[in-house]
Amino acid sequence: MSAVVATDIVKTFGEVTALDGVSLEFEEGIVYGLLGPNGAGKTTLIRVLATLLKPDSGSAIVAGTDVVADPVGARHKIGLAGQSAAVDEFLTGRENVEMVGRLYNLPKKEAKRQADDVLERINLTDSADRNVGTYSGGMRRRLDVAASMVGRPQVLFLDEPTTGIDPGSRIHLWDLIEDLVDGGTTVLLTTQYLDEADQLAARIGVIDHGRLIAEGTSDELKARLGGDVVEIHVEETDRASAAAVLTRVAGEDPTGERLALSIPAPDGSRTLTAVVRELDAASVEPKDIALRKPTLDDVFLTLTGHKADSEGEPESAASRGRGRR
Amino acid sequence: MTTASKPKRRVSFSDAVTHTAIITGRNNMRVLRIPSLILFSTVQPVMFLLLFNFVFGGAITTGTPAGSDQYINWLIPGILVQTAVFGATATALGLTEDLGAGVIDRFRSLPMARSAVLTGRTIADLVRNTFVYTLMLFVGFLMGWRFEQGVAKMLLGVALALLFGYSFSWVMATIGLAVKTPEAAQSAGFLPIFPLVFASSIFVPVESMPEWLQGFAANQPITVLADTVRSLMIPEEALVFLGLDQGTLIWKSLAWIVAITAVFAPLAVRQYKKAVG
Repeated sequence: MSAVVATDIVKTFGEVTALDGVSLEFEEGIVYGLLGPNGAGKTTLIRVLATLLKPDSGSAIVAGTDVVADPVGARHKIGLAGQSAAVDEFLTGRENVEMVGRLYNLPKKEAKRQADDVLERINLTDSADRNVGTYSGGMRRRLDVAASMVGRPQVLFLDEPTTGIDPGSRIHLWDLIEDLVDGGTTVLLTTQYLDEADQLAARIGVIDHGRLIAEGTSDELKARLGGDVVEIHVEETDRASAAAVLTRVAGEDPTGERLALSIPAPDGSRTLTAVVRELDAASVEPKDIALRKPTLDDVFLTLTGHKADSEGEPESAASRGRGRR
Repeated sequence: MTTASKPKRRVSFSDAVTHTAIITGRNNMRVLRIPSLILFSTVQPVMFLLLFNFVFGGAITTGTPAGSDQYINWLIPGILVQTAVFGATATALGLTEDLGAGVIDRFRSLPMARSAVLTGRTIADLVRNTFVYTLMLFVGFLMGWRFEQGVAKMLLGVALALLFGYSFSWVMATIGLAVKTPEAAQSAGFLPIFPLVFASSIFVPVESMPEWLQGFAANQPITVLADTVRSLMIPEEALVFLGLDQGTLIWKSLAWIVAITAVFAPLAVRQYKKAVG
């Protein structure tokens, strides 16, 4: 069975079209990564799938339940950890998780048992009886994810789960997500981090300006670039002549940041050799030159014409229609 | 392609009651664990009671007949109403904080009664006010406050003040959800409260105010409530003297409570839907 089937979802906020006909389908038991810059519509899509927002048109079926026609039924099957860690600072970690369990209609005892279990899994047992006010940002995020797990959801929505947390907590969360999926949960996560999608997601959807512009496995998306990339790093003084060389070899302008330039290398090492030879002829000495596999950064740039971390319109305006958050 | 076929599920009434109780408990837990909030909601009303009684009590003449002219007997009924109304601002503040922190999004993604977010807030005010009242009446008793018409009428007065506070929680919910930030909620919440509380019969008789103010002060809901609670606590002979008609006052109070709730509960729900959508 498909975990999520979204068909042609449109959602507008006044003038802003946050979702412009998104269709999405993926199977159970995987991590699906929704990748896109701020304001692309990721959060809006999550909010529609998690029953927080009604779409203007289109339909969405999550774990076999229509989220528009039967939101309460859907809520029994989903868990949500939003962009901000929605935990109560003045309650202990355990109390936070237990409360969510009881709101899933678990009896008191069962909510306690589940809370213990979940806290153990996220490795917070030692801090469970401390007020969340004393937690670090990473711990709060983990607790927030724990709270979304307590109802044993079939589909878990994680909206930028690792934004703004330290690298250690990030790895910890990745492990937790992989653990959950091994246990049969389906996870839909949004991220601005390409390496995160690369690392976790079995399938990736790239979203930009409210549209799904590409979809597939990480490898499939990379293959769209037509293979490897030659990347060179040069001194500032050599930049212009190096760019001219690359343009000559590739037949198109190089992409990349100021002093790191890259071009597609359809002929692999032959392209690399050509670049080396031409650079030598132009007496440009690169600091570094390499033939590498394309990253999702390259994919994003090719698909959208802008980098993944460049600012689009702010997510808040697009997803909520007003300036909160 | 999967199609949804199961019938639409709803949250049962008994589950909704449980959810409201859980949210109510959670909301008051924050008060218990944040020292400044305990201070604000319990110590501050008692402090008001002490200050007004001992600092102003000697200067304020209430015109009540001898035997009931202790200022504390004038003050207690009024300050109960003030406390309930001040307590309602916790709803404005709490809702804005929950909105900002994403807590309301979390609640809305759970299979819980959606009404519990708002009712759990307003009822939390009610529960807290009840607790604070107990404390205040105890302190008041030590300061010489007496109820002269029996326990039943005293409790009726207390209940009316609490219900009035509850209706005000809906006003505060509307304001909080409209302004959206805790800082704005704090100041916007008190904006309507201060003139209503001070231009009322809570602390002094309306007759002692300038004439242009009396028209407003005599007819606004807080005066009606303060007079009603007072009429249920002071000696009966003082009622005639003050021109308080207990029966009429009780009906007027109930009318205000019902009217404010009837107007602001739907408004709060509307603002809530706007704020979360």
